[in-house]
Amino acid sequence: MKEKEPTYQKKKLWRYVIVSLLIVLFLWLFYKTYGTKKFVREADKPIETAAITTDIVNGIHVRTGLKEGEGLMTVIGHCTACHSAQLIIQNRMNKEQWNATIRWMQETQNLWDLGDNQEVIVNYLVNNYPVVDKGRRENLKNIEWYILSD
Amino acid sequence: MKRRFFLKKAGYSSLASIAGMHIVFASNIPEGYELLALQDPDPFKLFKLDSSMVVLNSKPYNIEAQAHILDDEITPNSRMFIRNNGLIPEAVNEKDWTLTIDGESVNKEKSYSLAELKANFKSYTYQLTLECGGNGRSEFDPPAKGNQWTIGAVHCANWTGVRLKDILKDTGIKDDAVYIGYHATDIHLSRDASKEPISRGVPIDKANQDETLIAYLMNGEPIPLVHGFPLRMIAGGYPASASGKWINRISVRNKEHDGPKMKGMSYRVPAYPVAPGQKVPEEDMKIIESMPVKSLITYPKSGAILKKSKTLEVRGHAWAGESEVVTMEYSIDFGSTWQPCQLKSPVNKFAWQHFSATITFPESGYYEVWAKATDSNGQQQPMLVPGWNPKGYLNNACHRIAIKIDET
Repeated sequence: MKEKEPTYQKKKLWRYVIVSLLIVLFLWLFYKTYGTKKFVREADKPIETAAITTDIVNGIHVRTGLKEGEGLMTVIGHCTACHSAQLIIQNRMNKEQWNATIRWMQETQNLWDLGDNQEVIVNYLVNNYPVVDKGRRENLKNIEWYILSD
Repeated sequence: MKRRFFLKKAGYSSLASIAGMHIVFASNIPEGYELLALQDPDPFKLFKLDSSMVVLNSKPYNIEAQAHILDDEITPNSRMFIRNNGLIPEAVNEKDWTLTIDGESVNKEKSYSLAELKANFKSYTYQLTLECGGNGRSEFDPPAKGNQWTIGAVHCANWTGVRLKDILKDTGIKDDAVYIGYHATDIHLSRDASKEPISRGVPIDKANQDETLIAYLMNGEPIPLVHGFPLRMIAGGYPASASGKWINRISVRNKEHDGPKMKGMSYRVPAYPVAPGQKVPEEDMKIIESMPVKSLITYPKSGAILKKSKTLEVRGHAWAGESEVVTMEYSIDFGSTWQPCQLKSPVNKFAWQHFSATITFPESGYYEVWAKATDSNGQQQPMLVPGWNPKGYLNNACHRIAIKIDET
């Protein structure tokens, strides 16, 4: 008697088993690579320079949006471990105010002693994000004109 | 470590979702939660935001609206500003969640499960205006440190919950109670588990107002995680930082509450008028209580060009902290003349009020429509940025929009 061909059902089962194994293997490799440790960065020390991407396009550091300038990598390393660079970019302060802000972060936010880096950081901030006078009320700006039809 | 364990699960569940699989425990995690563990998630997807919301800071998340997307009478979830001092809690277990009332001025500490809060106390729903104390900070000169909010850190949603005063009465508090302070489960930016990012509060009289809620629903649904799931204290009319998110403890104090962001310069203004940029010693700073009178033109969006008509309908909202708006006016000539708007009464105390006006412009040209509210104490919005203060709070300057009449 001729042996029966494997049924369609059985072929389907085998395919299912192989695909499942591949998915498990993929998940395992993915998890090994991007496991828990990388999801959350500890925020009790500066980011290591080696871990910071250095791509700069049109004078802007791609990953953070910070301006290219002397001290950029020091700023990213020390200042973006706990908060985003957007908080820096929004603010405009003089040397004294930045130093006071650093002091406040050391007193209340667990910022570490910056040592000689403090001067590098503050110089970067005042040079790249200088204070602009706004007066008591500015003109409306960046108005997006559109035709209102109704 | 509990946190690690949870993150591990979250990691698996996001991987599982990539592979299109379903893992049972994932269903216990609030929607979008697992994304928090990934780097650079998209806040618009994560928090289901309107595409016109503006992200000021992604760590911690601080996101504001724009005037024209706040046109609804009740602000929809997708258009509500998001203010965080720390990181959003990573593990929220609704079933085991308790609210504990403790402090020097309680007779005996008492805890309530969410089910007990809902079953033992009557629930109330109010429309409550919450505005960030720093809304408008971006206009101060010299600039003040912090998130540079423009005008969109305000919303008025429907909040449902139980009255804080009913809970305090049930717990039993002493006569010497002067303040309450909330405690919550958010995470300090440094990830130092011994530190609270923020723990503010209100005077006992504010805590005992009918409208001060321990809320569990926002716009009729469980409060979204980013807005404080499962419990948020709501104190309308005060800086929104008094309305703590993710609260699990309220301390009834026999002195002004002294948690993080109550002291120093936080949510405080000078006790006397100061010159722009003047140094103010910490002991001369006083806590902000009621927010000031303010209004926002929500229709049309600034920049409208009218081609066929010189007539324009405008509308918006006005609010006055603990007070009420009694007069609403507009000007199209930079304050030389003011015309009245129609103004509705608030639905309930601390709900924003709606105004409208039909404006006819005299001729073609560039105009600005300025809106000015006056409250029941006779306080008006200034056209200029009001008194400078070191942290840039309480900017209630008139809102304005640009209009062009271009009849050809």
